[in-house]
Amino acid sequence: MRSITAEDDGSTHNARHAPSPSAHTAFILIAMNPAQLLLINGTLLDPARERPESVDLLIEDGRIAARGPGLRAQAPAATILDAAGGYVAPGLIDMHVHFREPGQEQKETIASGSAAAAAGGFTSVCCMPNTTPAIDSDAQVEFVLTQAARANLCDVLPFGAITKAREGRELAELMLMSEAGAIGFSDDGAGVGSAAVMLKALQYVKMFDGLLSQHCEEPALSGGVMNAGAIALRLGLGGAAPVAEELMIARDLLLNRRINARYHVQHISTAGAVELVRQAKKSGHRVTSEVTPHHLLLTDESCGSYDSNFKVNPPLRGAADVLACVGGVVDGTIDCLATDHAPHTREEKELEFDKAPFGVVGLETALPLYAEALVHSGRLTWLELIRKMTANPARILRLGDRGSLSPGLRGDVVVFDSELRWRVDPQKFHSKGRNTPFAGRIVKGAVRYSIRAGRVVYQRPAGKETVEIPAPPGRSSDKER
Amino acid sequence: MNAPASEPFLWKRPHLLGLEDLSSAELLAILDTARALKEVSTRSIKKVPALRGKVVVNLFFEDSTRTRTSFRLAAQRMSADVIDFSVSTSSVSKGETLSDTARNLEAMGVDAIVIRHRSSGAPHALARMVRCSVINAGDGSHEHPTQGLLDLFTIRETFEPRGKTFSDLHVAIVGDVAHSRVARSNLWALVHLGAKVTLVGPTTLCPDEFARFGVKVSHSLDDVLPAVDVLNILRVQFERIASAAFPSIREYSRFFGLDESRLRRCRPTVLVLHPGPMNRGLEITTAVADGPRSAILQQVSNGLAVRMAVLYLCIGAGSFNAATAPYLEKRLSLSDDEARGPQ
Repeated sequence: MRSITAEDDGSTHNARHAPSPSAHTAFILIAMNPAQLLLINGTLLDPARERPESVDLLIEDGRIAARGPGLRAQAPAATILDAAGGYVAPGLIDMHVHFREPGQEQKETIASGSAAAAAGGFTSVCCMPNTTPAIDSDAQVEFVLTQAARANLCDVLPFGAITKAREGRELAELMLMSEAGAIGFSDDGAGVGSAAVMLKALQYVKMFDGLLSQHCEEPALSGGVMNAGAIALRLGLGGAAPVAEELMIARDLLLNRRINARYHVQHISTAGAVELVRQAKKSGHRVTSEVTPHHLLLTDESCGSYDSNFKVNPPLRGAADVLACVGGVVDGTIDCLATDHAPHTREEKELEFDKAPFGVVGLETALPLYAEALVHSGRLTWLELIRKMTANPARILRLGDRGSLSPGLRGDVVVFDSELRWRVDPQKFHSKGRNTPFAGRIVKGAVRYSIRAGRVVYQRPAGKETVEIPAPPGRSSDKER
Repeated sequence: MNAPASEPFLWKRPHLLGLEDLSSAELLAILDTARALKEVSTRSIKKVPALRGKVVVNLFFEDSTRTRTSFRLAAQRMSADVIDFSVSTSSVSKGETLSDTARNLEAMGVDAIVIRHRSSGAPHALARMVRCSVINAGDGSHEHPTQGLLDLFTIRETFEPRGKTFSDLHVAIVGDVAHSRVARSNLWALVHLGAKVTLVGPTTLCPDEFARFGVKVSHSLDDVLPAVDVLNILRVQFERIASAAFPSIREYSRFFGLDESRLRRCRPTVLVLHPGPMNRGLEITTAVADGPRSAILQQVSNGLAVRMAVLYLCIGAGSFNAATAPYLEKRLSLSDDEARGPQ
């Protein structure tokens, strides 16, 4: 039996030392791929179970082999990972990220994005096809999968474009892309504006039961750079009205009523949109939806300093919308928690607010931010939160081999400390993007290990655990908002 | 040391980004300073040495002849050196950003950057990047603080001799409020100073949400006319209206244009302002613009005094922490000979 003490110098992805046979020698776990990995002393948050359980979890040959008390006897040769004081959950699944490759590698690559995902506890992410050129063919899908395999830190599941070049005119080769491994389809960055094209897309994907994910924004009403309303009026910035989002959701729900294709609403952000989805679900429509951390924690008031790190699409809305989105998550109207991780370069984000690109990074802060919005605030339990970040997206994406800790599933696991506080420092991100609206915020909850198919792909640097954060002068209210 | 009976007002801001954040004391301090400086323009030698040795850059990303000229003249009357730096927006490519331009200018050692930009918030971004003073000369649809100040100055100059202060006055701001930086600067300043403000325009250009800011919103100019002391007529900004917000010029001027028949329904003392440049015959008829109730040219002269005051307060020597009024008196009492500087 070997025991492991974590130690890291901040480098996370290269094995520096081979595993030592000595019981007490410290070494780096990263890239280590033991045949058997045993997580002990942790509390399991398994979406397949009703409540947390303090039992061991054994991963063997990349799959979950057993769960229960005292598994050491059963696997005496296993490499042991001490999860004491931490939660053990299925690897997180993010339905919505932008990895920018091909074409915008200065913002992010599939490798850097995968590293960010691993650091945030995500073992599966879905990348959006608004690359340059757009991912709209089977060859492009295969390229993403190849790059992801090279990075080998996270499952990167490509979305293909719904229409050729994301232009909203002609259907892209949806079935070929599906065959090549596209997990769904979206023109994200823009909605499919033409009802005729959207109708055709819904009919077409129904043929092979494909998933259509919509960026809901009526193009005729687009062009705003922040939420329409009093704050936009005060700042003299063009407003994007909630109705632009709601209109497209309502249209798609009507279009899909008889077709009944798999339809998913991306980054829902308005009270009206949540209500539309809620009513649609009640009346049996086939619809799912996701939200982002920033739409649960920030309002359009944040745009007041013209800081483009608060410029996102859909825009940060009003306080009532934030409350409605939180309510939608709590009652299940919003199925899953995504990030819309959207890295941009510093130069781009330094442009004037109306010219800077939309988007913020999210992978490395999602877990503590969702905890802040939903768990620390008392709205959900940790198990409920984890379900919305694992089992629910797995169900929507039909990833039957992950999303819980049941034996036989892939050994995708995240170990995290729910109470550990740390300060968000964009300079320490693994993502190339530094564009976060949460820089400097003190958050609670930190990933300790990310394990993908039995292999440790991220391990928190040693120093981070001992960070005691004194409230700096003038920022004492930082963590509450 | 005896403390003065009333503390002299201290101007502490390095920048003038907008009027929204200014207190009524700060607004009045600028107006008082401008009143003192207005006299300089009546001298035979129109120059004082208050900003001698200071460098002011006019950084205009958007065309504007009158505001640029006014700032230039204001700086020159205070003996500052002025650099005109024109950047045609089309040439500002992704590589040549506002931040690059600003840092370059700052490296040349300037004291103030006067910026006009078509993006709302650009002066705020600039102020975060540089250490010198930033004066907003109009940013997108956000604010145009010196225009707001010169409107206030003109209103005060007109009504003070009649014994009226801002809190006695009702001001209507008429037209394309949604896209107007002039309207926003006026709105905040007037609200801070206690005036009653009514915004008037079609619903598409004058949304009711403005009512949250402590003003009234009306969509009928005719209803408002009899009650107001000041009519500030905004320019219809075709360049900022993304899609037609009203059906035709004919219809707009029929319902929201100020002509003589409408003027006759106003109080006889009503003051008519317009920030220029005017669309004559659209939002205002020539008869009204050039008529006796109009203060449009007075506004232009007052703009000079107000801009001198703003530059003086923001970059004048010792102005950050010293009481400005006594200092200003001393500077202005210099003889014309001294003002001319060494020959």
